[in-house]
Amino acid sequence: MTIAPERSRTAGREPDVRRALDGVADPELDEPITDLGFVRSVAVADDGTVEVHLRLPTSFCSPSFAYLMAGDAKDAVSALPWVTRAVVQLDDHHDSELINRGLAADAGYLGTFGNEAESDLDGLRETFRRKAHTAAMERSLTGLLRADPDLAETALGTMTLADLPAGDRFTAALLQRRAALGLPEDPSALVLVDEHGQGYPPHEVPLRLRRARSTRISIDGNAHFCRGLLRTRYPGSESDQAARPEGAEATEPTFIPLSDLQEHPR
Amino acid sequence: MYTKDGEKYFIVDAHVALWDARPENQRNIHGKQFIDCFYDYHRNLSPESEVWTYEEYLYQGGERLMKDLFTDGYVDHAIFQPAYLGEFYHSGFGQSEEASALAEAHPDKLTYNHNFDPRNGEQGLEQLHADAERFGLKGVKLYTAEWHGESRGWKLDDPWARRYFEACRELGITNIHVHKGPTIRPLDRDAFDVADIDHVASDFTDLNFIVEHCGLPRLEDFCWIATQEPNVHAGLAVAMPFIHTRPKYFGQILGELLYWVGEDRIQFSSDYAIWTPRWLVERFVDFQIPDELTEYAPVTTAQKKKILGLNAAKMYGIDVPAELRLPDADEPATGPRGADELSAV
Repeated sequence: MTIAPERSRTAGREPDVRRALDGVADPELDEPITDLGFVRSVAVADDGTVEVHLRLPTSFCSPSFAYLMAGDAKDAVSALPWVTRAVVQLDDHHDSELINRGLAADAGYLGTFGNEAESDLDGLRETFRRKAHTAAMERSLTGLLRADPDLAETALGTMTLADLPAGDRFTAALLQRRAALGLPEDPSALVLVDEHGQGYPPHEVPLRLRRARSTRISIDGNAHFCRGLLRTRYPGSESDQAARPEGAEATEPTFIPLSDLQEHPR
Repeated sequence: MYTKDGEKYFIVDAHVALWDARPENQRNIHGKQFIDCFYDYHRNLSPESEVWTYEEYLYQGGERLMKDLFTDGYVDHAIFQPAYLGEFYHSGFGQSEEASALAEAHPDKLTYNHNFDPRNGEQGLEQLHADAERFGLKGVKLYTAEWHGESRGWKLDDPWARRYFEACRELGITNIHVHKGPTIRPLDRDAFDVADIDHVASDFTDLNFIVEHCGLPRLEDFCWIATQEPNVHAGLAVAMPFIHTRPKYFGQILGELLYWVGEDRIQFSSDYAIWTPRWLVERFVDFQIPDELTEYAPVTTAQKKKILGLNAAKMYGIDVPAELRLPDADEPATGPRGADELSAV
């Protein structure tokens, strides 16, 4: 394979690949692999072959998530109209050999892991889509509490999408996560809902908010742990990481600043 | 013992190891990958002054351990929680012979917990009986992501595991420390799923289940289980060093644990030799929930004392000077601790 010898033909193609990879997320951290710094290299050959190398924070990152991201990356790159062949390689993982062989052969998840797997990864994806939604919901609702000191926690159970600030980053993120679960996006829809769109009676609302908060803290915490470990493992990789808007970095006001949040008597 | 501002803290380091990850003990590439991963944890989360060289990190030996924990580290009592990892290391990762000999030589300072693997079937059960007698076991450390031939993990509610817990019950091994790793079969489920803890904690109410790393990276699932099962405890291994790099995040973890699990069921540990206890103890005593996290009450000195040692001392029957003891908090056995006005859901 010749790697990008001729600028004219391949110019613009690497950014094209990276844009495609922007659509691939780490489901556990709910962030694109490009922002996390998981894309180690992209090489485009003039015959339309693309070789992408991925790297993860540890050798022992969960192989199912590793496969899921690598498989999604291969699908995303293959879908570009000019790509003739997509090669995705996962580097330095305890299952690199197995996963790379499976990817090369398009063996699929079940074909790659054989008797270690029982079903495809849809269930796992769904679990983490739900968690991502829960976290996004908590960010929006906590935003409401911060904006209105007189708002009682129990009142959050009747808030609708119309009550959220339009054009707000948290609102946009929540709408996206709702769409991923097939939840209604009309303005009259309740904000605080379970994965089926069902709301909660008022007395359950504070506890549901607390549970959602623990989910959000867990995701944010994993994100900064994984990001930090990647930087330690691959010096220089910090320049490939985009700042996480949800917080989690030491250098910025971390997480959701809850300074204005007041406890309300119920 | 650690003293600060006139307050005395009895320190129990509830999760320490004496490991050997030197190249001559590595069975394969995974042995190197495993210790490298630990070393990255160490480098990533330690203050610069506390970072060891890679050589130091591979093996410490008993003398160094005694110095780091007891001479320099303020620790009154430490509990070995050895991981076997026989597929990665010739003589295992945690050094059973050396650690248990050290505990035998210093019974006032060290407790040796051992491990078992239910995939060893009847033979393993016999071994567990022998180990219980030899080491006088009060606890075991279980690593459910241990590789074993073709298998890369097991679950606490597997039928064979239940037989081992029944044996623990008979043998007086009451303290079950559980660590979840990232590979387990089937791989398509969440590799860190903690639901199996819920099942066995409900069925073995006379055993304590201490979930190391407080269930991280599944803190929320752990908290939800722990709040419903009075015999589930949080071990702070790996969560502790966030106190340095991410104090606000540490505050949130601690705030969540105090809310869902309560101050009587959280145990300090350095996870030695991933980190050393000295700086962790110092910083924890000085730690306070950041002001901006107003949804959490400040951590009290009594809570710190319980977490740093009294809780684990109580579980292990370690003798604590009378003037340092504290009564249990008046908290419900189940349900969120910080929200007694909320009806259970």
